[in-house]
Amino acid sequence: MTVTETRARNLSIPAPSQITRPALEGAKETMVLNMGPHHPSTHGVLRLVVELDGETVVDTAPDIGYLHTGIEKTMESKTYQKAVVLTDRTDYLAPLSNNLSYVLAVEKLLGCEIPERATVARVLLVELQRIASHLVWLGTHALDLAAMSVFLYGFREREQILDIFELVSGARMMTSYFRVGGLAYDLPAEFDAAVEAFLQIMPGRIDEYEALLTDNPLWIERTQGIGAIDSDAAIALGLTGPGLRATGVAWDLRKTMPYCGYETYSFAIPTATHGDIYDRYLVRMAEMRESVSICRQALQRLRDIGPGPYMTPDRKIAPPPKSEITHSMEALIHHFKLWTEGFKPPRGDALAAVESPRGELATYIVSDGSAKPYRVHFRAPSFVNLQSLPHMARGHLVADLVALIASLDPVLGEVDR
Amino acid sequence: MALDNRTVLARLQAALPDAILSSSEFRGDLSVYVRPERIVDVARFLRDDPELRYNFLENLCGVDYLGREPRFEVVYHLLSFANRHRLCLKVGVSERDPSVPSLTELWPGANYHERETFDMFGITFTGHPCLDRILMPEEWEGHPLRKDVPLGAEEVAFTFNQDRIYAHKPFAKE
Repeated sequence: MTVTETRARNLSIPAPSQITRPALEGAKETMVLNMGPHHPSTHGVLRLVVELDGETVVDTAPDIGYLHTGIEKTMESKTYQKAVVLTDRTDYLAPLSNNLSYVLAVEKLLGCEIPERATVARVLLVELQRIASHLVWLGTHALDLAAMSVFLYGFREREQILDIFELVSGARMMTSYFRVGGLAYDLPAEFDAAVEAFLQIMPGRIDEYEALLTDNPLWIERTQGIGAIDSDAAIALGLTGPGLRATGVAWDLRKTMPYCGYETYSFAIPTATHGDIYDRYLVRMAEMRESVSICRQALQRLRDIGPGPYMTPDRKIAPPPKSEITHSMEALIHHFKLWTEGFKPPRGDALAAVESPRGELATYIVSDGSAKPYRVHFRAPSFVNLQSLPHMARGHLVADLVALIASLDPVLGEVDR
Repeated sequence: MALDNRTVLARLQAALPDAILSSSEFRGDLSVYVRPERIVDVARFLRDDPELRYNFLENLCGVDYLGREPRFEVVYHLLSFANRHRLCLKVGVSERDPSVPSLTELWPGANYHERETFDMFGITFTGHPCLDRILMPEEWEGHPLRKDVPLGAEEVAFTFNQDRIYAHKPFAKE
């Protein structure tokens, strides 16, 4: 069997012990190399146990858990509204997407409607978040392959997005801006101009990045034909997001199972055909352009809607405004109940899935009728996507592993939770 | 083609009547309770049926209902790309024999999910290629997401208290 044949068939995902144990017993001729967790290109604390035949990767076993902080367990002891802040800490490069998935799941449990202004603001901010997250991916990916300048340019634009987040939520990264029932605060007056300024420059800046990389012979040499995966293997391994779309499967939850009114925005799902690193790059670049277009449509909608409520009027979920508390007994009771107990969704379970920058992010919540979630589980895209790394890496050079990890764009905070 | 919950359930019940225990619907999502020993048959039918085509294993996780029998539940979410439909399968797992057949043969991508569920709840998946711990350290005792494991805290060692802490903490010394 040739190397390509083996690659096409072998979908196994080894655990580290499956490589280290035979090696320690001397049963193999190959060399076992440890890569990470302290390695600049493993994007956090990912450790890979790599089995090598010369410079060729025979097998790889990701070893994870170094960043495990027990977020799912901690959430069981917080009220629903307080647990929002923990979702930021999973995928720290896309906190708003995590907020969204979690609040959508709780809102599904409650069966609550939220004002349109809040929904449109959520869409706009999540798309900005997607651009910011893709910029970090682009910068670090290029940096891993020794292209320093893209990193600096990418982070320049990311700063601008983080400034917008700071404007709306007070925090640049751990935003916790989406709350169950709407938004934490109203959008500030300066928001419109800040987003407008960003949307003006961004398409030109994407052209700049593409000018640096898309036709760059060194970039092409390192990425084309490397780490290819076909659509059947990708689906079998649970790969989602740009990785899946690069294999030609037009599966994007924003389009295929819309939430937050995505079906009313006009945008395309970029796909590619080869499923290699270069195609994943092309898909993400095209996605950034689509996100700019969605942002523009959402901003126009915000202008059309004008000022209005940003939180659900249901007093069993959202606290009353301060002005009401001073002269309404009813409002004071609601305020007291919400801050001492919290709201209690009915018994049941709900799963809400969103398309995060990395793929499908789903939150599964079980409610036992109390004010705290009985069980919260995140279907974290980075965690699941990491499973396709061994399949992609087999038969390639050890130097390509660096490019491969970057192209999967894992965030270890989300992998380990 | 849009698929509704009733069609899915009817088709599933017609094909494998002895494998289905019950079903429920909450907020428009269908959950089907399946006999643990038949989960692979049910999943294979759902994946290969030309009409249903649940080709994607979206999620797999455990839930601990302490004080209830069966104590654990393994929850599977399947997606059909062709029909754009989601289906939830649930399997009860008793505390005495916490094991369920593995789905890694149908979807290799079930591998990490099952390892995580084993790590967090101690549920074993028979037929899994290598059911190691995945997130917790290998030496860890117990399964942290079980409800009878308290939400603990890790004592931070400073110079003034490190002797006391190191005395009872097995791997802090290295």
